[in-house]
Amino acid sequence: MDKQEEEGLGHEHNTSRVENLDRSSGRRKNYGPIMVTFFIMFGVWVVLSGKFDPFHLSLGVISCAIVAYLSADLLRPSVRGLLIMLVRWIPYLPWLIKEIIKANLHVTYLVFHPRMMDLIDPRIIKFRSKLESELALVTFANSITLTPGTITVNVSPDGDFKVHAIDKASGEPLPGEMEARVAKAFGEG
Amino acid sequence: MDIMDIIVLVLLFSGLFFLTGGAVGILRFPDFYSRLHPAGKLDTLGSLLAMTAFALFNLHHFSLGALLTSLKILLIVVFIFLASPTATHGIVDAGVRAGLAPWTKGQKRR
Repeated sequence: MDKQEEEGLGHEHNTSRVENLDRSSGRRKNYGPIMVTFFIMFGVWVVLSGKFDPFHLSLGVISCAIVAYLSADLLRPSVRGLLIMLVRWIPYLPWLIKEIIKANLHVTYLVFHPRMMDLIDPRIIKFRSKLESELALVTFANSITLTPGTITVNVSPDGDFKVHAIDKASGEPLPGEMEARVAKAFGEG
Repeated sequence: MDIMDIIVLVLLFSGLFFLTGGAVGILRFPDFYSRLHPAGKLDTLGSLLAMTAFALFNLHHFSLGALLTSLKILLIVVFIFLASPTATHGIVDAGVRAGLAPWTKGQKRR
């Protein structure tokens, strides 16, 4: 009984470390993750099926429940962690889209420029990122690749980045502001 | 021709502009790595704009079915945004593993 209470309390903090401990103990007492997975999947089911009669809805409930129960161990989103991530992500997305549009215009300008070969100057940039969690590193790497002019070539788990930049101007802002914003989005700032 | 049609047309044509830029860029850029820049990413913004245009146009006669179809179209954009950078990264990584050196200024076109 004592042990259960302790674990229940530990789950309140919902840090990734606590999650890992939970997973290793193989316990299935907490239904929060299963419910989150279920509702996300059921939302997708409703959008994709588009049928609201009881037959199709109940089929969705049954299959979502089975999949959520089986795969909750793999995904394990925690309710609070998910909400915190969502709140932090909202300011990051519009900024990312703005950067994507700016950088796209730059690459389009390069593509249609008659003397394109003189303008581009491909190079590989190496830098070390301060980000720690793997999810933050992956997000940062994908954000670099999404903004044109730069492609992430390699990331080491310690945060060593190798980035291919199409010209000097594309590579210069790295890591800079984008890293700071990703760090803020994942609460590492 | 109301205001909605104009918005849809502007979005659609700017999307087409970026998609054309991607295709031209693949032909014009000098080597494997630099070709991936327009190939993997101008397409991302191009499809974002074009898909938004389709979703808006689809909502012209508003109904629940139309709304669901628009949501499905927007789901395509979400998946492209997840898959495109990952695929680009995979191709670049394959090139690096195979030992292809990137083109630098002053070399001949490949």
